[in-house]
This record gives sequence, C-alpha cells and structure tokens, in this order.
Amino acid sequence: MHRRLIWLLLALVLACAVYMTYGAKGSWSFLLPFRGQKLAALVLVGASLSVATVLFQTITGNRILTPSIMGFDQLFIMIQTVLIFLMGSAEYVGIPALGLFALNIGLMSVLGLGLFTLLRRGARGEMMRLVLTGIIFGVFLRSATGFVQRLIDPTEFSVVTTVTYARFNTVDGTLLVLTTLVTLPALWAAWRMRARLDVLGLGETTALGLGEPPRRSQSMVLVLICALVASATALVGPMAAFFGLIVSALAHVITATERHAVLLPSAALTGAVVLVGGQTLLERVMGLATPISVVVEAVGGALFLFLLLKRRRA
Amino acid sequence: MIRVDQVSHQIGGTPILHDISLEIPKGGITALIGPNGAGKSTLLSLMARLAVLQQGAIHIDEMQIGKVSDRELAKHLAIMAQSTHVSARLRVEELVSFGRYPWHRGRPGPRDNALVEAAIERFGLTPMRHRFLDEISGGQRQRAFVAMAFAQDTDYLLLDEPLNNLDIAGARGLMRLLRQMADEDGKTVVIVLHDINYAARFADRIIALHEGRLAAQGPASEVVTDALLRDVFGTDAEVSLVDGQPVVLV
Repeated sequence: MHRRLIWLLLALVLACAVYMTYGAKGSWSFLLPFRGQKLAALVLVGASLSVATVLFQTITGNRILTPSIMGFDQLFIMIQTVLIFLMGSAEYVGIPALGLFALNIGLMSVLGLGLFTLLRRGARGEMMRLVLTGIIFGVFLRSATGFVQRLIDPTEFSVVTTVTYARFNTVDGTLLVLTTLVTLPALWAAWRMRARLDVLGLGETTALGLGEPPRRSQSMVLVLICALVASATALVGPMAAFFGLIVSALAHVITATERHAVLLPSAALTGAVVLVGGQTLLERVMGLATPISVVVEAVGGALFLFLLLKRRRA
Repeated sequence: MIRVDQVSHQIGGTPILHDISLEIPKGGITALIGPNGAGKSTLLSLMARLAVLQQGAIHIDEMQIGKVSDRELAKHLAIMAQSTHVSARLRVEELVSFGRYPWHRGRPGPRDNALVEAAIERFGLTPMRHRFLDEISGGQRQRAFVAMAFAQDTDYLLLDEPLNNLDIAGARGLMRLLRQMADEDGKTVVIVLHDINYAARFADRIIALHEGRLAAQGPASEVVTDALLRDVFGTDAEVSLVDGQPVVLV
C-alpha cells in the first residue's frame, strides 16, 4: 500500500476526532449522534465529490474540469429558486425533506441521463461535445435562474441564498441513509474499475488498442458520476465547483501517481479531510459565519498554492 | 494474414474508399502510401477497428473485425496511434507495462513483469525508465510506445504515420526497430508512411492508394517508379536506383 495513503488516513482520523470532541459541551448522548451524523455527511460528500471529479477528469482527459461543469449545481439552484418563487418560502420550508430530496435527485438524474444519451448517440468527438453541451446548458440554467431570482421578493430571495449553498449544519438522518445507499455502491463500482480507468487515461485510441472500448467505459463512468454528484448535492446542496478541483489537484500532489488504485482512495480521503477540517474551522473558529465553500476554497486554495510552490523549489 | 474484402467507406457522405480488396501476408513490413486524402489512414483504422466498418469485411487470421471481441483482438493486434500525446503524467516504465493489460486485465503476474522488463531492455529504455513521458524527446516517446506494443506480444502491429515530427535519426531508429521486430520476432507490421523513401528502404511490400482505390502493390522496386509518382502523387520527381533500391530524388 502506498505510504502516503496511510498518512491521509491518519489525517482523516485526527480531523474526525477533533471535530467530534473539540469544544464539546453538554451530554454525550446528545452530542454523539448530533455531531456523528454531520461528520458522516461530511465524509460521504467529501469522498463522493472528489471521486466524481477524478473520474470526470479521467474520461475527459482534462485535469481542469469538474463534473459541476455539466450543470448539476446550477440545476439544483434553479429547482430551489423556482420552487420558492412559485410556492413562497413558507410553503417551501414546509416541504417534507424526503420529498424535496426525491425531487432534486430525480431532476438531476434526468439531466444526467439526457447528457448520457447524447454521449451514446454521437459518433465522433463525443466527450468534448458532452462537455461543451454541459457548459452551455449550465449557462442557460444560470441565466434562467438569475431571471427568476430577479422576480422574487427580496425577503424570499434571502431564503434562496441560504438553501443554495452547501450546508452541513443540519443533516436529516433518513436522507443520510439514502445517500449512503447510493454513494457506497457507486464508490465501490469506481474502485472495481480502477485498472480500466488507468487504461482510459491513455487516450481513446490506445485504450481501444489494449482491448478496452472507451465508449462503454465512459458511459459507465458517467452513470457513476451522476449518481455521486446528484446524491451528494441533493443531500447538502451545491458544493462549490472549485472543491473537486482543489481536492483532485491536492490528491495528485500528495500521492504522485496516475494509478487509480492509489488516486481514487487518495482523492476520497483528501476530500473528506478537507471537508471535515473546513467544517471544524467553520463551527469552532468562525462561528458559522460563512458557507463552508468559502472556508474550503480559502484554506484549500492556499494549501494547494503552497504545495505547488514547494514542489517547484524541490 | 490480413484479408480485406470489398471494403468501401464513406465519411459524412464523401466516399473515402472504393471497393478495396487486398491481402497482407504474415510476416514482414507492409507500408501503406499515397497522397494526402488517399484513404490510407482510413484503411488502417478500419483494420484496427478504430472506425466502424460500413461495407465489406476484414479478417485478421481467422478473426473477423466487428465480430471478434475487443479483448480477444487486443491479444493479436497492437495499434500505435498517430498522436502519442497522453494527458496522464506517466513514467516510461508505467507506459510500457500497460502493454500487458489485455493479458492480465489489471492483475499483472510474474510473467507480465518479466515481459515488460524485456521490452524496456530491448528498446534501450533502461536509462530513462523512471522519467516522465513529457520529459523525453519525441523519438524516445515513440520508442516507448513501440515498446508497449511489443510487450503486448501480438502477431500484428499497426502504426499510423509514426514518423511524424521525428528527425532523421529518430525516424531511422524507429524504422530499424520495426525491421528488427519483423525479422527477429516474426511480427507482421503494417505502417502508414508519408515518405516514400522510408517505405522503399524499410518495407518488404508497398501498397499504394490513390483516391480510395488500390493503385499499386508489390515490392518497392516494382511499385516506386516515375509512373507512380506522376499518376498517383501528381509530381514529376525522378526515381533513381541506388544499390538496386529505388530512391525518390526530391
């Protein structure tokens, strides 16, 4: 086993321990399940978004893309905005969590499936076309959302802003279980594909020459990405696009290899560490003053820059 | 033996290949030549199942392209793509070890490792085995890719214009390696070449295509003539004989 993976695992254990115990006041019978649930969500979302990003970068052969480019985050924001616009925030808050979760994950799956059929039907240069279609679609959703947000009453709009940032402050137990049921099999499937992903990373022609038809694997990977991103986003809201990028870049620096047998666990662990660390900082130091994405991007970005500069000097 | 039967191909309504039938015997180097747009790369990608066959049939030994599974074919036929750009940051030895993938599907055994070592040794990659692909020269990178194809341990090797962007030393070095693989290991090499002189010098057989049709085939001394250059390539360059081998005076 790669030695750096053990360090990452230790870092995660440490981060979890700090998160669970630091500043603990009151009875453990309350704290343990309360913090434990949030911790589970942090680890789950961190791991699945990071793995989804690595998968997406592998099938597109591009290190600076993240799956959020396909408009998942935008779609989520749009769904909430339209719901609040149509129903009003009082009604929106009254929607049962399970129903909202199902609606979000359902619509995001439709989007993923649509892009997926596009990939299956095309003949040439499909991955690039998929990415470009995703970008255009994301811009379209963003503009449409912006338009609706302008129509919304200002007080209602403040609700929109709250629900369209990823939050881990309250995590519904049932949804957590549901997300786990989607995420764990998807992560396992990605792990099973690790050797095939390595071959896909060589480019389409070489992969085919080695007996690995790229189209089929790309479709499978795309389904996994949709499952991971949609379930994580439906659980906590849109994590900033930058998160996946930072984490996959960090994972590449920490475990300097392209082998997915190392890269996948490395990205999953890094993602979990970054999120748990970020949330600890947010809760204990900053008193929940900002959305977590701000903390993650500030700290993660700085860390990434540091590693990059350090490596250059070495 | 590679058998091409009545293959026609169109891309976006434009016919590229017209009813091509030919046989490439086992062993030796066969070069596909022709002017730009003659369809030689298309023909090669059809043989390599990189493009989907529209009409006709291609057999590699007993295996019919399109019928045989990709996995199975990968044990008999290796491909070297036109572009050797890899977005992943790989070391030379990592790349070569991918050649064994069709055989072990991600679980290399001792035999796989031994064959990879042999390929690295044989192609003179030992001094640079730990270097990254983007840190070595174009010629060295091509050599690493040929080493990967060699480790794949197939009877057939198809290459699409591998001499692009190589200087004369790199190009000759690569052709000599292919010659060695054909002569010593009995591999069948099919290669698309732009430069007729390289084809004449290193290939056992030349197949010339012109506007999607077979223009000539046979040994270099029969195919490379003034007439070929005039009729197929549309240029009046002269062909001279040096030591019995045709050389195009460019």
